[in-house]
Amino acid sequence: MIEATGLTKDFVSRQRTVHAVRGVDLRVERGELVAVLGPNGAGKTTLLRMLTTLTPPTAGSARVAGHDVVARPHAVRRSIGFVGQGNGAGHVQRARDELVTHGLMMGLDRGTSGARADELLDVLDLADQARQKVSDLSGGQRRRLDVAMGLVHTPPLLFLDEPSTGLDPQNRANLWEHVRRLRERHGVTIVLTTHYLDEADSMAERVVVVDHGRVIADATADELKRDLAGDRVVVTAPDADSAARLATLARALPGTRDAERDGVVVTLRVARATAAVAPLVEAAVREGVRVGDVETHRPTLDDVFLHLTGRSLRESAISTEASDDAGKDAA
Amino acid sequence: MSTHSTSHDLSTGTTTGTGRGARADAVTTGARPGAGTSAGGRSQAGPSGEPDLPPRSSWWRDVAVVLERELRPVLRDPFSVVFGLVQPVVFLGLFGPLLAASVEREGLGGTSVWQWFVPGVLVMVTLFGTSTTGSNLQYEMQTGAFERLLVTPVARSAQIVGRALKEVVPLLAQALVVVVVMVPFGFRPHVLGGLVGLALLAVMGVGIGAFSYALALAVRKQEWMFWAVQQTVLFPLLILSGMLLPLDDGPRWMRVAADLNPLAYVVEAERALFDGRLGDPAVPAAALAAVLTAVVGLVVGVRTIARSSD
Repeated sequence: MIEATGLTKDFVSRQRTVHAVRGVDLRVERGELVAVLGPNGAGKTTLLRMLTTLTPPTAGSARVAGHDVVARPHAVRRSIGFVGQGNGAGHVQRARDELVTHGLMMGLDRGTSGARADELLDVLDLADQARQKVSDLSGGQRRRLDVAMGLVHTPPLLFLDEPSTGLDPQNRANLWEHVRRLRERHGVTIVLTTHYLDEADSMAERVVVVDHGRVIADATADELKRDLAGDRVVVTAPDADSAARLATLARALPGTRDAERDGVVVTLRVARATAAVAPLVEAAVREGVRVGDVETHRPTLDDVFLHLTGRSLRESAISTEASDDAGKDAA
Repeated sequence: MSTHSTSHDLSTGTTTGTGRGARADAVTTGARPGAGTSAGGRSQAGPSGEPDLPPRSSWWRDVAVVLERELRPVLRDPFSVVFGLVQPVVFLGLFGPLLAASVEREGLGGTSVWQWFVPGVLVMVTLFGTSTTGSNLQYEMQTGAFERLLVTPVARSAQIVGRALKEVVPLLAQALVVVVVMVPFGFRPHVLGGLVGLALLAVMGVGIGAFSYALALAVRKQEWMFWAVQQTVLFPLLILSGMLLPLDDGPRWMRVAADLNPLAYVVEAERALFDGRLGDPAVPAAALAAVLTAVVGLVVGVRTIARSSD
């Protein structure tokens, strides 16, 4: 569905070149749900803008839905749905009008477009808002209308750029519930960008981690967490001496990547916490070491990002904002 | 994960890595009767005719869809059109009587002051309404609607032409309101001449509207520039058209500037037309000025939007 090779975008802004995207290779197969995850300014949106024909790449090439984004932008535009960061629906328009018009723009005839619009308004819980002005809709309703517009022509591929930014947790969950249902119904391939870790984690089957314009990891969320971060087992011993002996025992166990002691607390990094606890406790009992309290922690994608970059995703979201602005200026 | 397709599915099938030859084997459903195959449009369809895509709609259909979208809020909320008349009405109500008073002293070649002033106000209505319309586009650029439209197959040029053509409707509605309101005050419009005059305004309005959209696109990175440029251009054009006060007694440089101002011809022609002097030499000059404004405006608008994709 997507084949991108060496996709690159440079912006020249005040005699300074900003490398927004640096040689991204990306392959997305039909039916996949891929999240492009990265801090603000990582190049996610620029990557998406190239794939959706909004901005031509400086170098590299991409075929989207079978068409080259530079040579055949019209064919690409006819084959994709796009939900940008802003509100796609004009604020002075009424919800259903805008949806039907979008269908007409995508080449549907009036009857088909109207039927699709009604169907989507129904599925997305917007039937009661059909005749309301877009400016009178709530943030969540507007976002669902955007998604409806992205899908009105039943595209095989849907792009969502930060679809849930600005929504409260309840509306985010609601939006995702709808997207998930639409996907089950139509089998549409979805590529979305997000800087919400939990969102990439829970929604996507595949996570492409982007930082400084490069893809730094590409796997399922579970694989990323298992291979790049690992689970943590935190053991609180009754005293420092026991803790030190536990740390030594833990290091000797197969599957332990790392064991650190801090006072009475020993933290192990292992591939799978559930599989690591029993051998550790058995070894402790055998050696007569008292254990105390054992907790296991699943890693988050933030742990993955930390492992990959040495920075926390939350921190870098703040520190890269300046360069993001520079990119926007140029965009 | 289930990936069944519905009967609507326009899917392309996956392309394999075998390059351009890997045209999708999937089907169009043919469920789109009547959608013409870009007969009148610029055919960008591939030589083999895109079996994997819905037929590309014609350029004219694109224009019609854009026009319909732009007109809908105007027709749904006619009050917005009347609201646009505030400024011209202020000029009619506050400037008109002053003008009338001074004319009584000086005389304006015997014609009634309204016969002279109202056609100028109609040009002013056209100018105010259409030159500010780019701000609607600015708003859509801020909210994201414009970006969404750029990812549709609707031709960029059709997006500008459709938007510019929409200007005709509020413009004519406003002009008619002004004419009707002024009749009780002694304005006597010649019907045929007036209709020709309105047509002239409509053509010019499309051009100014297109310029306004082009401006909005050109300054999209510094939005405040839109109003700075619009005001800077608008008022000199307005004063140098003889719309508010006759320029006959102005200094020579002003009269030369007016000769170069297409709007001055239109103002003169509107006065002649609403007075019933259809054969006045100002009329063909104004027609040329209006058509030129429309053509140049649309060309500039289309080129600006084509370049704004980056």
